[in-house]
This record gives sequence, structure tokens and C-alpha cells, in this order.
Amino acid sequence: MTKIITSNDVHLYYGKKEALHGINLDFEEHQITALIGPSGCGKSTYLRCLNRMNDLIKGVTITGSIKLENDDIYASQMDVVNLRKRVGMVFQQPNPFPFSIYENVAYGLRLAGEKDKHVLDERVETSLKQAAIWDEVKDHLYENALAFSGGQQQRICVARVLAVQPEVILLDEPTSALDPISSAKIEDTLMNIRHQYTVIIVTHNMQQASRISDKTAFLLNGDLVEFSKTEKMFIHPDDEKTSDYLNGKFG
Amino acid sequence: MNSKTSNNIATGVIYALVAAVIGILVFLLGYILWTGIPHISWHFLTSAAQSFRAGGGVRDQLFNSMYLLVLTLIISFPIALGSGIYLSEYAPNNWFTGLIRTAVEVLSSLPSVVVGLFGYLLFVIQFNMGFSILAGAIALTFFNLPLLTRSIEESLQDVSQLQREAGLSLGLSRWKTITGIVLPAAVPGILTGIILSAGRVFGEAAALIYTAGQSAPTVNYGDWNPVDPASFLNPLRPAETLAVHIWKLNTEGVTPDAAAISSGASAVLIVVILLFNLLARMLGNWMYKKMTATR
Repeated sequence: MTKIITSNDVHLYYGKKEALHGINLDFEEHQITALIGPSGCGKSTYLRCLNRMNDLIKGVTITGSIKLENDDIYASQMDVVNLRKRVGMVFQQPNPFPFSIYENVAYGLRLAGEKDKHVLDERVETSLKQAAIWDEVKDHLYENALAFSGGQQQRICVARVLAVQPEVILLDEPTSALDPISSAKIEDTLMNIRHQYTVIIVTHNMQQASRISDKTAFLLNGDLVEFSKTEKMFIHPDDEKTSDYLNGKFG
Repeated sequence: MNSKTSNNIATGVIYALVAAVIGILVFLLGYILWTGIPHISWHFLTSAAQSFRAGGGVRDQLFNSMYLLVLTLIISFPIALGSGIYLSEYAPNNWFTGLIRTAVEVLSSLPSVVVGLFGYLLFVIQFNMGFSILAGAIALTFFNLPLLTRSIEESLQDVSQLQREAGLSLGLSRWKTITGIVLPAAVPGILTGIILSAGRVFGEAAALIYTAGQSAPTVNYGDWNPVDPASFLNPLRPAETLAVHIWKLNTEGVTPDAAAISSGASAVLIVVILLFNLLARMLGNWMYKKMTATR
């Protein structure tokens, strides 16, 4: 397996407070990796290091190294805009642009310079199909995306990311604001795309992690406690804390 | 006193206060329209003002007010947009930004007479513009800028941070995220800001007495050449606005029907501002739909 992201001794500080205490995590290509752990354990914080979304927060310092293939993403010559084209993200709250569905999905491509209507049409359709929402919205492509339900909006957001064909897709608790049926559809989508994309998902839902992920990382208080194949972790965790968390003794 | 009684009293007090505000508004609007509308006629709107005889109109003043408003917006909107974007999206949270914000606040609380006299000394005298629409528009820009900058900044701030994250995470540059996503989402708020400031510009008198002047020379509405002194579009001609006209009629007006014209002009002023509000609101909704959905 090829490693697509390698991170080494990642420390993150909010001002003086250390939120991540040296995380070493590698992600393999075309697999789904789940990051689990109780609230405040640093899993979302770590995820947002991978496409430098933490840059937007004031007072954050990050040390250690994170590499996307061979490029150090925190190197000064790294083009953040280009990095984020390669590493897409879906957020906890569905956040479609206040445009039509078609525009939402086509927007990234348009800005990347794609003008050919046929290419755009085709990519919009493919992406919406991959995101398992095409049938619901194919007759409403030119309506405002904000007029749809939360679950539909979230799948539109997934389609929006898929349309620009990143190498890695980060999902930050993508289903925690959704009902179970919508959540299941998002999971279907992830299963659909697992062979073309590297997916890293932060989730509160342990069943979700066990259903869809190939590997799981368990974080606690800013430390990586355990990282292994999902089956192994859920059946025979190495660490007692992992076992306690998975059995609902805390968190 | 139990909590139910105190709740009832508080509710009663709040309703009473709101009723007072509405009452004052209704009384003012009602009075102005009641006394003014009978004097409005097609003739009143389309004929020039008379200095000594009865039967004058407000054609030139009405046009001057509109033209001044447009010119003011042309000057102030780009500046306000730029500074609003800077304050909302780029300004670091430090003493310098604080200084800019304070400066904007101070600018907005300057008495209009002071701005007028300042404009008079600097533009009219020093820069040799004379009493002119341009000098008036620049003076009004001083009023307009703080309001407009503040409202643009607030409209941009009201756009959810999630939208910015969505844009950035999609590989858009910061600038593209602002112009392509944040700005369109803020359009209705920005338009409301423009309307509010436009109302103030439209009704402003004190600052214009010393800058745009108190005379309304006869202009040729068929002359579209803005550099021709007789053209209605010439920005360097003096221009008495509706609000200044009302002030002048009430202080030194010698026409026998000064009171009637002043009432009529006041009603016209109010009606125009109301119309402008409605129109801009519809325009805002239409633009928002246009920008946020294709076809």
C-alpha cells in the first residue's frame, strides 16, 4: 500500500495550550481511515491540520511534519490553495453556497478554469450520482441549494468536493447533524468512492467507524492511543483505554 | 409582586414604548403628507421655482437631490466597499484596526454643519470648485462613508464563517472566496445599508448649504454633455437640493406661497425616500435571486 499522507510528531498549540502532543499517523491511499475519540480529544483539530484549515484560527502554532506524498504541506513554498484542491473537506454543518445545486457542484471546476458546458454538465451529474443524491435533485438542479433538507445539503457538499476530484477527502463529523437515514446515505457514498479516493473521517459514532473504515485511530486528550485495522481494534484492542472507550465506559 | 405580574408589567411597558415610537412616526408622516400632498401636482413637479411670484415648482431641486445622491454614491460606494472588505476580512485584530474603527465612528458623529464649513473652505474656496454638486457630493461622502463602511462590514460579518471555510477548503483563494461567495451572500444587507445612507443623503441640508449652494440655475435637460455649463449633468454647477430649498423657503422665502411650497416639497421628499426604499428592497431581493441561482 502506498502511503499518501505521513505525519510525524505533530504538536499543535492554541496560544500556550498544547492540544496535540505529538501525533504520528500515516494514511494509505484509497482507504477509509476513521478518527475516533471523545469530544475535545483533538481529532477534528488534527484533521484540520491536514489541509491547513487551522491557519484560519488566530494564535495556532503547529510543529512537526505532515507530508502529502512528498510535499511538506507546512513548507513555506507550499501553495495552500493548491493543497486544498488536492485535499478536500466536508464539514460537520452542511454548508452549501447560497447558489443553485448546479452552481454549487460546478463552482470549484469553473474557478479552476473549466468552461466547457458539456464537461461541467457531465461532472456535475457524475458527482451528484456518486454522492447518492442525483435521483432526488436531477429535476431541481437550478434551485437554491439552501432550500433542501440538511441531509440533502450535506450530500450536495460531498458532491461539490468530488467534482474537483481531490486526492484526499477529509470529513469532519459529516453525519452528526443528520438523521439516521441521511447518515446511511452519506455512508453509502463513502463506500462508493473508497476505491478512487483516500477518505479520512472524524466521527463520534463508533458503529459508523466500524461499518465503513478500513483503519481506525483512537485519540484521547491530544494523544494517539491506538491505530490499527478497524476489525482488530474493535475486537481486540491493544490498549485498555481503547477497550474502555469502545465499551462505553467513558466519552 | 409575583413573576406573572412583573412579566405583565414588563410586556405592557414594552408595548407602550413601541406604541410611542410608532405613534411619533405616524404623526410625523401623517402631518407632512396631510399638509403637503394637496400642494403636489404635475405642475409643481415639473416647473422651476419662483423667487417672488406664487406658483413655483421644485423640478430643479428634485433633480438636483437625485443627481447629488447618485454622485455621492458613485464616490462613496467603492471606497466603503473596499474598507468594509478590509475591516471584515483582512484587518488583524490590533491597535491599528481599532484606530481605523474609532476614526470611522468619529467621522460618523461629526456635526453636519462642521462638515459643510470644512467642505466650503477646502473644496469651494481652496480647490476653486465654487458652489457645486461635486463639492456637495464630496462633503456628503464624509457622512456616507462611515455608515456605508459599517453596514458593509456588518453584512459581510453576518455571512457564516462556514461559507468561508467551504470556499477555502474547495481550493479557492481568499480573494475569490470573498468576491465569489461572501459578497453575493451579503448583497441584501449591503443594499439595506445603501438605502439607509441614501435616505440621510437625500434629507441632508446643513452640509449642502455651504457646498452645493443655495441657488438652482436654470439648466437645459436636453443637454447631455456634462462639461457644458448649461447641461443638467454638469457636476460643477451650483445646485440647490430639495432639503436646502425647504430650509431656504422657511428662513428667507419671499414668495407669497412659501409655506405651501415648503409643505409640498417636504411631502415630495418623504415620498421619494419611501419609494426609494421600496424599490431598492425589491432590487435587493431580485439581485440576490439572480446571483444565487442560475436561470
